[in-house]
Amino acid sequence: MVENRRWLNLLSHAILLLGIGVLAFPIYVTFVASTVEMRDIIRPPLPLVPGPHFIDNYSEALTRGVAQASGSPVALMLWNSLVMALAIAIGKIVISLLSAFAIVYFRFPLRMLCFWTIFITLMLPVEVRILPTFKVVADLGMLNSHAGLAIPLIASATATFLFRQFFLTIPDELVEAARMDGAGPLRFFNDILLPLTRTNVAALFVILFIYGWNQYLWPLLITTDASMTTIVMGINRMIAPSEDQTNWPVVMATTMLAMLPPIIVVVTMQRLFVKGLVETEK
Amino acid sequence: MEKRVVFRSSPLPYLLVLPQLAVTAVFFLWPASQALYQSLLIEDPFGLSTEFVWFENFENLFADPLYIGSFWTTAYFSAAVTALSLGLALLLAVMADRVVKGAMTYKTLLIWPYAVAPAIAGVLWLFLFNPSIGLVAYYLKIVGYNWNHVLNGGEAMLLVVIAAAWKQVSYNFLFFLAGLQAIPKSLIEAAAIDGAGPVRRFWTIVFPLLSPTTFFLLVVNLVYAFFDTFGIIHAVTKGGPGKATEILVYKVYSDGFVGLDLGGSAAQSVILMAIVVGLTVIQFRFIERRVHY
Repeated sequence: MVENRRWLNLLSHAILLLGIGVLAFPIYVTFVASTVEMRDIIRPPLPLVPGPHFIDNYSEALTRGVAQASGSPVALMLWNSLVMALAIAIGKIVISLLSAFAIVYFRFPLRMLCFWTIFITLMLPVEVRILPTFKVVADLGMLNSHAGLAIPLIASATATFLFRQFFLTIPDELVEAARMDGAGPLRFFNDILLPLTRTNVAALFVILFIYGWNQYLWPLLITTDASMTTIVMGINRMIAPSEDQTNWPVVMATTMLAMLPPIIVVVTMQRLFVKGLVETEK
Repeated sequence: MEKRVVFRSSPLPYLLVLPQLAVTAVFFLWPASQALYQSLLIEDPFGLSTEFVWFENFENLFADPLYIGSFWTTAYFSAAVTALSLGLALLLAVMADRVVKGAMTYKTLLIWPYAVAPAIAGVLWLFLFNPSIGLVAYYLKIVGYNWNHVLNGGEAMLLVVIAAAWKQVSYNFLFFLAGLQAIPKSLIEAAAIDGAGPVRRFWTIVFPLLSPTTFFLLVVNLVYAFFDTFGIIHAVTKGGPGKATEILVYKVYSDGFVGLDLGGSAAQSVILMAIVVGLTVIQFRFIERRVHY
């Protein structure tokens, strides 16, 4: 700090607290709404202290769900989301590690073509090729399956570049030493490269897990069966078209449950999260 | 940049890139080429007859006032989201960079909204502003303002902008804070010795030096507002009332999946791809060379 200005420090703290308050306010209201009865919600204003129905609402959501959303229990949705998020995160990391390894440590014909093919995927988000991708997945018979939820999303240009950049910084002497000791490429990959990449993998995993968990459009398109609903899209089906018939306390309990896993990941693995965020965007 | 030492080539590298390339080919390149091809066809919704029409779909789109309207809606929406979230994030980052006590705690408490899915962010704000039961709508009514985003297009737009910006503040905050902490303290001290106050120092030193970060975030936020906000629109307004919040990404979805206008939807996809390519090129060209004074 250059100088000490008391009023300016106070102002800084005040603005930061205000900012935190504004960011947290919607979540707090949601939490309160998930602990009261329907009666308290339809007669505004909503009280600002949590009510006594926390356990009722959450257990109803987890075990029974909401009738309008064909009544699939939220526990099942959480499971589907978890499978999808893990499959996307792990799948992306595995195939990107392998292809980055091939591109950096081998010279083979068509190497640059492979590189640019992967690069192009950066420019094709799901949102811009909705219908044809849907058709491919339908033709392959992958609608309403965990494979259909995850596999079309696991190609990753960003992860491949990140690993490529990292591999390029690893000294050549390590490869020379490994080769002198008679290690083949797979041995080198497994015993030297992977241990060195561990922190990068962990940082990327945090980002990709959140990415996978928060998918919305894709599950919305390819799941029609209630047993395959993921939680983020499931909430939308719970809100009745005429909003007044919505069972808000249970919907809000579901919303809390949907936010919790990614928020826990971000807050507990903050250092890895920030590292992953900064690196994937460079 | 290339490695000097490599392994002898064999079938192995092909096997290693195979999974990535297979997924890319089946789920990216093939559908994208299909979109290109479809965009040149007119097909009836039941798929009984198709006609090759060259660029008629595109001509129809640009002659369609609804599509042009959707362009303007998207431009307005993206500009508002970007300005709001960048402005708030910069303010918070400058403050967090100043404080000594509790800096880590503030950071933790400010970054978590990043983890909330756009669709859920939409639900949170929808609940607060629900005309009949929402808390904010209730207090607005008390001060004499009758909030109803279900009927009023402007209010619906404001609501989706708030929800979209709310989610993005954390991300921008982190990058601004990193940018601020990278500015050499000696520059700021020198300015202080020359008698420049905090406000003047910010505008003449800190803000210019922050411009690479700002520019990078500008592009990232535009991409976010263009493509990642589908969930917010779908959860909060479904493009309505009327067409007031129908952004391009939402229109592709509703024309293709709800309206079953396959050729028109494919043509819209192609236009969106062109926009992504444009933004990506801008990002790569300028991020390397960096905007700098």
